[in-house]
Amino acid sequence: MREGTCGVKPDMSVNIAGVELKNPVMTASGTFGSGMEYSEFVDLNHLGAVVTKGVANKPWEGNPTPRVAEVYGGMLNAIGLQNPGIDVFIERDLAFLKQFDTKVIVNVCGHTEEEYLEVVERLADETVDMLEINVSCPNVKQGAIQFGQDPKCLTDITAKVKRIAKQPVIMKLTPNVTDIAEMARAAEAGGADAISLINTITGMKIDIEKRSFVLANKTGGLSGPAIKPVAVRMVWQAAQAVKIPIIGMGGIASAEDAVEFMLAGASAVAVGAMNFHDPCLTQKVVDGMEQYLLRHNIHTVRELTGAVQ
Amino acid sequence: MKKKTTMTVTDIRSLAEGVFSMKLRYPEGDLPEEVKPGQFAGLYPNDPSKLLPRPISICRWDPDTGELQFVFRVAGAGTASLAAQKPGDSVDMLGILGNGYDLEKLSGKRVLLLGGGIGIPPMVELAAALAGRPGTGVTAVMGYRNSDLFLTQELERYGNLLIATEDGSVGTKGNVLDAVREASVRADAVCACGPMPMLRAVKKFAREQGIPAYISLEERMACGVGACLGCVTKTVKTDSHSHVRNARICTEGPVFDAEEVEI
Ligand SMILES: Cc1cc2nc3c(=O)[nH]c(=O)nc-3n(C[C@H](O)[C@H](O)[C@H](O)COP(=O)(O)OP(=O)(O)OC[C@H]3O[C@@H](n4cnc5c(N)ncnc54)[C@H](O)[C@@H]3O)c2cc1C
Ligand SMILES: Cc1cc2nc3c(=O)[nH]c(=O)nc-3n(C[C@H](O)[C@H](O)[C@H](O)COP(=O)(O)O)c2cc1C
Ligand code: FES
Repeated sequence: MREGTCGVKPDMSVNIAGVELKNPVMTASGTFGSGMEYSEFVDLNHLGAVVTKGVANKPWEGNPTPRVAEVYGGMLNAIGLQNPGIDVFIERDLAFLKQFDTKVIVNVCGHTEEEYLEVVERLADETVDMLEINVSCPNVKQGAIQFGQDPKCLTDITAKVKRIAKQPVIMKLTPNVTDIAEMARAAEAGGADAISLINTITGMKIDIEKRSFVLANKTGGLSGPAIKPVAVRMVWQAAQAVKIPIIGMGGIASAEDAVEFMLAGASAVAVGAMNFHDPCLTQKVVDGMEQYLLRHNIHTVRELTGAVQ
Repeated sequence: MKKKTTMTVTDIRSLAEGVFSMKLRYPEGDLPEEVKPGQFAGLYPNDPSKLLPRPISICRWDPDTGELQFVFRVAGAGTASLAAQKPGDSVDMLGILGNGYDLEKLSGKRVLLLGGGIGIPPMVELAAALAGRPGTGVTAVMGYRNSDLFLTQELERYGNLLIATEDGSVGTKGNVLDAVREASVRADAVCACGPMPMLRAVKKFAREQGIPAYISLEERMACGVGACLGCVTKTVKTDSHSHVRNARICTEGPVFDAEEVEI
């Protein structure tokens, strides 16, 4: 194995919309709670950022159970964005995250434009580094999906969020569209500081013995290694279409997967469902990416972004 | 402290048709601080296409040998792959998970343990823990499909054991509550684990008797540690974590006071 310049530690820091992350590894929203549960397994200080579970203006009950199902190489979920609401979130979850030397990205959800904007406004004076706007959850019926599936709506909601947000805004894109490049451009046109992709791909599982749907919600979002090739392709297409930074995710199970997303055009990556397989995975991805850079004699992780030939 | 540990299979055997006992040993010096009856672990199938840990209750814990015993039914591909392990093989385990039974609330009481089918295994560790407490009486009433019994010797060691079978081949014909009524068992508290219809009947029974029932619930899980919100159950009051009427079975449970959940 070839070492980097005399084994000098490579520079792992990245800059997303003016926010300096110590490394490009984040947690994917909804797979890491607010960090509390996984802080028993990983030192949150070692992560580039913690992205929290989606939070709305009021508590949401979420969907009936079963909410999760395993499928080959992945899983389906239809949690339905259960969350305790912004008040409890600020008081408990943000207070918890403040103790750590990592960036905090709050994922925001809502049924209506007003609900999104209320959360964004409430977060304006909080110690939050970035906002990630989930306009792409496939499991919520009352409309959120339209924002993410119609380019005009997407530009519009992005612009409205940007007008009141005090933090840089990441728009999280759904893969459940025909042309991801068009959606990436729509977010950029609305003034998004960054985009993240992909959210889950709508799927379904049927129990053939009972002849019934496995999930109470019937459909659910597919995540895990099974979606990685789709996600890598979409990150690459989005990267061709926009100049704003991209946070890549979808099935990351190793540092090698993370590198693949960076090469496709991502400036940072997020680890999602595979946290359930290995609760220490985020840390392993950070360490493994550093090893990769050393092995290939690359001085900064930023050089990987879009470096596929 | 929860963690993912590579355990060593020390024993694996079939106890009944499709029911296996597996003992897993912790690596030297890596034992958990505490293991409570009613807690569970997530066992990872040795199959890369399967990502999620299988929640399986702790049937026995021996801190001297560092071994956990699990007893499980082969229900699908994941449990089938676990059943195919051999002594010396490695099994990755996420543990120790869940709240377990509150022994303080049961101490000094006449405790009725009800287990149905694959809800029986956690009752063994509970019976053992209660039997060691002064003034605490244990009556275990276990329900099986037929005469293909398992874990009866272990349960007899810690208290009085009654059996119900669906086909009537052993003990009372019917379910565990039929056996309880037939023997007029008197108790100050009930602990139960089994299928949902049984748990609903137990809740009703305990209400009639005016005694508390602590029931162990099951739900599909992903993370097993409280992060994904996959495994919730409806609660009567707003849950302090979720701030809606949902408690996480993997974290606030799997053991709940029957009066606190809507089942
Ligand atoms: C807290 C708890 C304790 C349990 N203790 C035991 C035990 O001691 N012995 C035992 O035999 N079984 C126990 N179960 C049930 C056991 O988890 C399932 O039988 C097992 O996960 C099935 O996995 P599989 O891959 O064989 O089946 P598959 O049907 O192929 O599994 C597919 C997916 O569904 C999940 N799943 C399937 N059935 C269940 C179920 N009943 N409950 C939860 N998840 C399920 C699996 O974990 C997996 O993610 C327990 C469940 C819970 C929630
Ligand atoms: C259980 C679960 C809950 C999720 N909740 C959210 C959420 O609240 N907001 C959101 O934007 N994405 C949510 N996601 C999507 C993930 O953040 C991620 O985009 C997707 O799962 C793809 O990455 P993965 O394959 O690594 O999991 C959730 C995913 C899972 C598996
Ligand atoms: S399984 Fe994830 S919260 Fe219980």
